[in-house]
Amino acid sequence: MEKLYARDIYGKTLVELGKKDDNIVVLDADLSNSTRTAFFRKEFPGRFFNFGVAEQNMMASAAGLASCGKIVFVSTFAMFATARPLDQLRNTVCYNNFNVKIVATHSGITVGEDGASHQALEDIAILRSIPHIRIVVPADAMEAKDAVIAAYKEEGPFYIRLGRPKVAAIEGRREFSLGKGYILRKGRDLAIIACGIMVGEALKAQEMLKSKGIYATVANVHTIKPIDKNFIIELAKEYKHILVCEEHQSVGGLCSAVSEVLSRSYPVKVGSIGINDRFGQSGSPQELLDAYQLSSPHIAKRAEELIRS
Amino acid sequence: MEDRIRLLKKKANQIRKLIIEMLAAAGSGHPGGSLSSADIIACLYFDVLRYDPKNPSWPERDRFHLSKGHACPALYAALALAGYFDTEELWKLRKLGALLQGHSDRRVPGIDVGSGSLGQGLSVALGMALAGKIDKRDYRVYCIMGDGELQEGNIWEAAMAVSHFRLDNLCAVIDYNHFQIDGRVDEVMNPEPLSDKWKAFGWNVIECNGHSMKELLESFDTARKVKGKPTMIIAHTIKGKGVSFMEGVVDFHGRAPTEEERKIALNELENNEASKGKE
Repeated sequence: MEKLYARDIYGKTLVELGKKDDNIVVLDADLSNSTRTAFFRKEFPGRFFNFGVAEQNMMASAAGLASCGKIVFVSTFAMFATARPLDQLRNTVCYNNFNVKIVATHSGITVGEDGASHQALEDIAILRSIPHIRIVVPADAMEAKDAVIAAYKEEGPFYIRLGRPKVAAIEGRREFSLGKGYILRKGRDLAIIACGIMVGEALKAQEMLKSKGIYATVANVHTIKPIDKNFIIELAKEYKHILVCEEHQSVGGLCSAVSEVLSRSYPVKVGSIGINDRFGQSGSPQELLDAYQLSSPHIAKRAEELIRS
Repeated sequence: MEDRIRLLKKKANQIRKLIIEMLAAAGSGHPGGSLSSADIIACLYFDVLRYDPKNPSWPERDRFHLSKGHACPALYAALALAGYFDTEELWKLRKLGALLQGHSDRRVPGIDVGSGSLGQGLSVALGMALAGKIDKRDYRVYCIMGDGELQEGNIWEAAMAVSHFRLDNLCAVIDYNHFQIDGRVDEVMNPEPLSDKWKAFGWNVIECNGHSMKELLESFDTARKVKGKPTMIIAHTIKGKGVSFMEGVVDFHGRAPTEEERKIALNELENNEASKGKE
């Protein structure tokens, strides 16, 4: 199965958009080679600005550029795109509802060897409480491309969360529609809702579960804000058991968003695969997914427990 | 020059009267820093800036950003006098559902970017100035900052970057009134040596009396002629300027005048030299 870096596709997509639209400007904070905004820098040096290691200045400057009609893409690692410039993001970008698109790379525990200081596991929780911003966590590289294009077309602030490692293409991925979840595999016993790289893990878990006679539905909910309420309620009505998988703290992210919808509208038992109130550590991405119980065998085990409970 | 100064002194005095009246009506707000920046704002809005109140989004307009958003009464007064919106709005300041929010707000015609959380305005101005360079427009960008907010780290990130990007279309002004909420700025967290700091960051630095229209006009004029680097005007001001019992009184950083204080303040402002257009 083809594996790609979502950030490679992001960089290429920026160049394509940049060719069509002179209004696009790109900002980075000394990580342009890693985030791949360097592709844009090479093509359009007059519309790329390196802010150095100064994310607060970058974020507030993005608002200034947007106030003059620019469509501003801002990139750095997820750890430094949210918590560090949060006041600038909340008060100056989001309150003013500016056209600033934050595309953060190196999110989650699969940052790997760099360890806990670089593993953003709280970014979705931080942003989800802020009005105006939309949050998308693509499942593979091509979904990342679609999300970037959607963010470009929609007015207002966006947060698109990408990872560091290559990701396999999701078989059966559907055309991207902002704010719309969809079913990738249809089962009968429970519904697994996932975003980001956890969609791939959930699909592997679904195969594992078959051998035990458990048939899981797997749904991709790439847009965490606004959350697709109707879709989630329909899943709960049909399957009764819901398991939410995310490469993020179990509080504040996708599982919280799903639980909020269901507890208010159609209460069912919701299981969670995520980081359980811990910081990460160094290790290879796969070792970390295993150690923090995010990988497919853990999803399969939790799914079985959930339907037998 | 004499005529320009006379007009500006009158405008500044009108702004001061509106500040007192709107804050008394609101019952809360920040008179001290509004009054200290009133001359700078009058000078910008009634001489220096290029704008069209009938077309607030005119692409060629000069940009103004108030980094010290709590001084918005001065800005709201200037915008109302310039014709951006009806003066009646001023009496609804800080009230539920009002156009005029407690801190500078983008919903107000004439305000491009809201503010309130300190230390971000120079970055906002940086973005506006970069956009002007990208689009090869000749508008200029002005930003008024407080002295207290210089304690924010974001300011110094922006100080470095504005200079790095050689944004000579940007002119910032520090309203150096020497007071912040907790007391004297030099006692809370001393920003001095201020001029040396900005020079070290690569800025053209001008110091002037922030209540002298002649000096302000000359400073803005000089800033316009400097190429290759941004200009910082350190405007020495008096907190609460124009109302004797508010001048240099830290209590009036964030307290509105009472009804009695309102009457005394307005009486002073109606009979001072500035009301006759004198420096």
